[in-house]
Amino acid sequence: MSSSAKPIANTRSATGIPTAKLITWWVIASEIVIFGGLLAAYIMHRLGHPEWADAAAHTNTWAGAFNTFVLLTSSLCAVLAHKAADAHDGPKAAKLLRLTALGGLIFLTIKGFEWTKDIHEGFVLSSGGFWSFYYTLAGLHGLHVLAGMVIMLIVAADAAKNRELQRVECIGLYWHFVDIVWIFLFPLLYIAR
Amino acid sequence: MTTEAHVHHPNYVKIWAILVVLLIVSVLGSMSHIREVVLIAAFGVALVKAYLVAKNFMHVNVEKRWVPYLLIMCLLFVAILFAGVAPDVMKRSGQNWSKNPANQLVPSGAGAGAEAKHE
Repeated sequence: MSSSAKPIANTRSATGIPTAKLITWWVIASEIVIFGGLLAAYIMHRLGHPEWADAAAHTNTWAGAFNTFVLLTSSLCAVLAHKAADAHDGPKAAKLLRLTALGGLIFLTIKGFEWTKDIHEGFVLSSGGFWSFYYTLAGLHGLHVLAGMVIMLIVAADAAKNRELQRVECIGLYWHFVDIVWIFLFPLLYIAR
Repeated sequence: MTTEAHVHHPNYVKIWAILVVLLIVSVLGSMSHIREVVLIAAFGVALVKAYLVAKNFMHVNVEKRWVPYLLIMCLLFVAILFAGVAPDVMKRSGQNWSKNPANQLVPSGAGAGAEAKHE
C-alpha cells in the first residue's frame, strides 16, 4: 500500500456517511447510554432521597457556572475549527483546536480546586449517596474531557500541516457531546437542591 | 476534503452568545425561592441549550437520517431503563411487592423530607 492510499474501511461507506464520522457517531451513541444510565440512576435516587439536598447545597454554583461558560466557549472554538477545516485552512483549525484544549485544561483545573476543597471539608466518595454520584458523574465526565484534549492535540498537530482535516470535525463532534453532558450535569449537581 | 458535503455554517458566535445568556438565566433562576422557577431555569434551559448545541454545533439536523435514528434509539434505551428501574428505587412497595422490611426502618423516599421537617 502506498503512503497516500487509505485502508478500504476509510473509503467505503454504505450509509453515505464517511467512515470516521460514522464511527464517531457510534461512539457518541454508546456514550449516551453510559452517561444516560448514570444520570437516570442519579435522578431516580435523588427523587427518592430529598434529604440529599443538604449535601447538594455544599456544591459551588458559581464554579459550576464558570465551568459551563468555559465548556461552551471551547465548543465555539471547536466548531470554528471545523469551519476552518472546511475552508482547507489547516493552521487556523489547529490553532482553534489548541484553544479548545486550553478550555478543557481550565475546566479540569477548576474542577481540581473544587474537589480539593470538597475533600478538605470531609466530603469524599464514601460520604453518602449524593457524593458517590457527584464524584462518579463529574469524574467520568472529567476523564472524557482529558481524553478529548489529548486526541484534540494529536489532531491539531496533523491539521497544522493540512493533513487529515476530516478528523477536525470528528473530534469536534465528540467535544460538543461532552459539552452537552455537562449542560445536564450542571443543573443536576449544582442547581437542584 | 473534510466531509462528503460541506455543511452550511451559521453565525456561531451569535449561537454561543445565546447559550451564554441562557446560562445566566439558569443561574439567576436558581436563586429563586419558587421551586417551579428553579426547575424550569435549571432543566428547561438545559434542554434548550442541549438542543442548540446539537443542532448548530453538531449539525444533527443536516446529517443523514441514520444519525438521528441512532441517537434517538439510544435515548429510548435510557428511557426504558429509567421506566423499568425507577419504581423499585423510588417506591417502598407496590402491587404484590414490598421492599425488605429491614430497609423500611430507614426513612427514605419522597416522604422522608417532609417527615424530617415535621420532626
